[in-house]
Amino acid sequence: MEKTALNFTLNGAETGVFVDAGANLLDVLRRGVGDQTPKYGCGQGSCGACSVLIDGELHLSCLTLAETVAGKSVETTAGLAGGPELHALQKAFIDGFAAQCGYCTPGMLMAARALLDSNPNPSRDDVAEAISGNICRCTGYEPIIDAILAAASGSGRRFG
Amino acid sequence: MLSVETFETIEEAAGAVGERSRFMAGGTLLMVAVNYGNQGFDRIVRTSDRRLGEISNAGDRVHIGAGVTMAKVAASRDLAFLAPAARSVGGPAIRNRATVGGNLFAPHPYGDFATALLALDATVHWADGREEPIETVLQNRGQSIGLAAAVSVPRPQADEFRFLKVARVKPKGASVMALAAWLPKSAGRLENTRIAFGAMGATAARVKACEAALNGTNLDERGIEPALQAATEGLSPQDDALASGWYRREVAPIHLKRLLIPERRL
Repeated sequence: MEKTALNFTLNGAETGVFVDAGANLLDVLRRGVGDQTPKYGCGQGSCGACSVLIDGELHLSCLTLAETVAGKSVETTAGLAGGPELHALQKAFIDGFAAQCGYCTPGMLMAARALLDSNPNPSRDDVAEAISGNICRCTGYEPIIDAILAAASGSGRRFG
Repeated sequence: MLSVETFETIEEAAGAVGERSRFMAGGTLLMVAVNYGNQGFDRIVRTSDRRLGEISNAGDRVHIGAGVTMAKVAASRDLAFLAPAARSVGGPAIRNRATVGGNLFAPHPYGDFATALLALDATVHWADGREEPIETVLQNRGQSIGLAAAVSVPRPQADEFRFLKVARVKPKGASVMALAAWLPKSAGRLENTRIAFGAMGATAARVKACEAALNGTNLDERGIEPALQAATEGLSPQDDALASGWYRREVAPIHLKRLLIPERRL
């Protein structure tokens, strides 16, 4: 199968990979680059487990034709933490028991990150809307919403 | 083996679409087909034409490029009247990718935005220069040949245009039905009313008997009663995992009443 060279920035690092025609970004991240944080859930845009930021905008990597991110910035949960220091959202998720099985968590974190980047002081409704494309079958959503609000308010307990 | 071809202009892309090829707009539908191994096509045609992403005012109409996303519609001051319809489509990530042009071709139960465009009597501007009313585009969707380059819509007066999506899951869920109404008035009475339903058939559809019953009336309970009786005339709602066709038909007048007289919650 014909492959195309694809260059983009992944979590701040220049990244190059050869991709199959029609490959989706999720496959390229997980199998091509080795970033396992975006998850495969449904492959049809229903679950949000594969959510990433592309040029700062929330997208579903399973529905993103990989070659369309050429020259763009892609951010995943793997890039949230700054070295050993977890991102405020990650700390709040831990403190608030906002993850159970954890499969949805990377997508939830990226959806929350997109929200807080554009709206640092969201209402509860804003948060519910922001994660409305992300399915969680464990938590019932309330701890996740609480954690995002805690991160936004800076009230999340410092981790470590 | 799948191939992807990207063209600089919509006209070039339109010329390249042919047998066993599909045009990709936002990809929310086409990438699902790719991911699930659909063997019905082996070429994806795209364009990087920036004109598809433009929103512009043209006289008393607003011109919306077919590649404009739902997120961009929702954020546009010129399209504030369409923002509720745009926000009803998917979650934030879907809205960052789903396009106006793609929504015209979204299969049941999707296509909520097209329902709003239908109620506004939108015009579809094809890449080859043809213009066609959205109603016939939707009616002939299976046979449509060409690429939609843009749609244009009139700018309704404040409160003349209303949209309602009925879903079992909130804030995001596929439609049990979508309703859109354009309710211009003359001397206090409705005229040239447009009522469109989505997810009540294979494509969004107008209910002309309902529109005729509304014309000349006031927007009050007595005035709209005949229109509610005709709410589903000509519609063929289907059964799916969200609701039966019978259920859709039964509840449609209730939701239409909520749309027309929103201050009264039944």
